[in-house]
Amino acid sequence: MRGEGTLVIEYADLECPYCAKANALLSELAVRRVFRHFPVVSKHPRARVLAHALEAAAIQGAFWEMHGSLMGDQGHLDDPHLWQRCERLGLDVAAFDRDRRSDAVADRVERDFRSGVRAGVMSTPTLFVDGEAHPGVPGTALLARLGGRSAHR
Amino acid sequence: MALVESGARAPDFELRDQDGKKVALRDLEGQTSVLVFFPAAFSPVCTDQLSVYEEVLPDLRERGAELYGISVDGAFSLKAFQASLGTQIPLLSDFHPKGEVARAYGVWVPDRGVATRALVMIGPDLEVKWSYRPPSPLEIPGANLIFDALDAVAA
Repeated sequence: MRGEGTLVIEYADLECPYCAKANALLSELAVRRVFRHFPVVSKHPRARVLAHALEAAAIQGAFWEMHGSLMGDQGHLDDPHLWQRCERLGLDVAAFDRDRRSDAVADRVERDFRSGVRAGVMSTPTLFVDGEAHPGVPGTALLARLGGRSAHR
Repeated sequence: MALVESGARAPDFELRDQDGKKVALRDLEGQTSVLVFFPAAFSPVCTDQLSVYEEVLPDLRERGAELYGISVDGAFSLKAFQASLGTQIPLLSDFHPKGEVARAYGVWVPDRGVATRALVMIGPDLEVKWSYRPPSPLEIPGANLIFDALDAVAA
C-alpha cells in the first residue's frame, strides 16, 4: 500500500500491457493504492514468476521500486533482466533469488489471486473503488472521480 | 429465448470436442458439470474468461466439477483456441446443425448467429442445478459464481 487519498485496490498481472497502462495513469493521481497479484499464466507465461520476483523484492523493502521497474519496461522480463533490475535497485541478488522460490512468497501471491477470484475478478487490470469493481484500464470518468476527490493534489 | 433453469431436465446433446471426440449429455452422468457457453473463439472477452477458469480448474475439480466450453465455432478452430489458451478445458463444437444445443439451452442469439455468454450447472442426475446469464455478453461471469453455486448445491 502507498499514498494518501481514495483507496484503490488493484488486481494486476505484471506481464499485462493494460496493467502497465493503468499503472501509468494511476501514478499520476494522489490515491492510496493497494496492489494485489492476479497472474493469469495461460495468458502470460511469466506472470507468476514475476509476481514472485516482486514479492521477493518486497522482502528487501523494494516493492514499489521493483513494481515501477517491471511496469515501466515489460520487454525485459527474463531472469538475467530481473537480476539486473535488482542490481540497479541495490538489492541482494542472492537473497532475491532464494526468496522468489520460497513457499512464503508463492503463498502470498496465491492468496492474492484467490482473493481476486472470490471478488469476481475476471480480467486485468480490475480496480476496486468504494467496493465497486472497474475492470479494464480506468476510463476518463473514473480517473476524473479519483483525481477530483483527492485532497492532496 | 429463456435460459434453462434449475430443476429442469438438462436438454440432451451430443457434440464433438476439439479433438473430434464425441461428448454427450449421458457421459456427464455421475459428475457435476458446468457448461460454459461463449460467443466466439479468440474474441478477447472469451479468452479472459476461459483463462481465469483454467487457473481455478484444479480447485473446481477438487470440488468434483468438470467444465466444458461450448461455442458455434468449428472443431478445428476450437482446437487452435484451446492450444492458444493452454487450457485443458474441453471445448465442444455446436457447429452443425449450427447452434442446436445453444437453442435447446436457451442461449441462442438469432440475429448474431452465436450463443450468448452463459453458465449452466448440471448435477450428477443430469438435472440443471443452476444457470446464469450475465446482463450483457461483455460482462464475464466470475469464477466465484461457479464456486458459490457449488456451495449452494452442496448445502
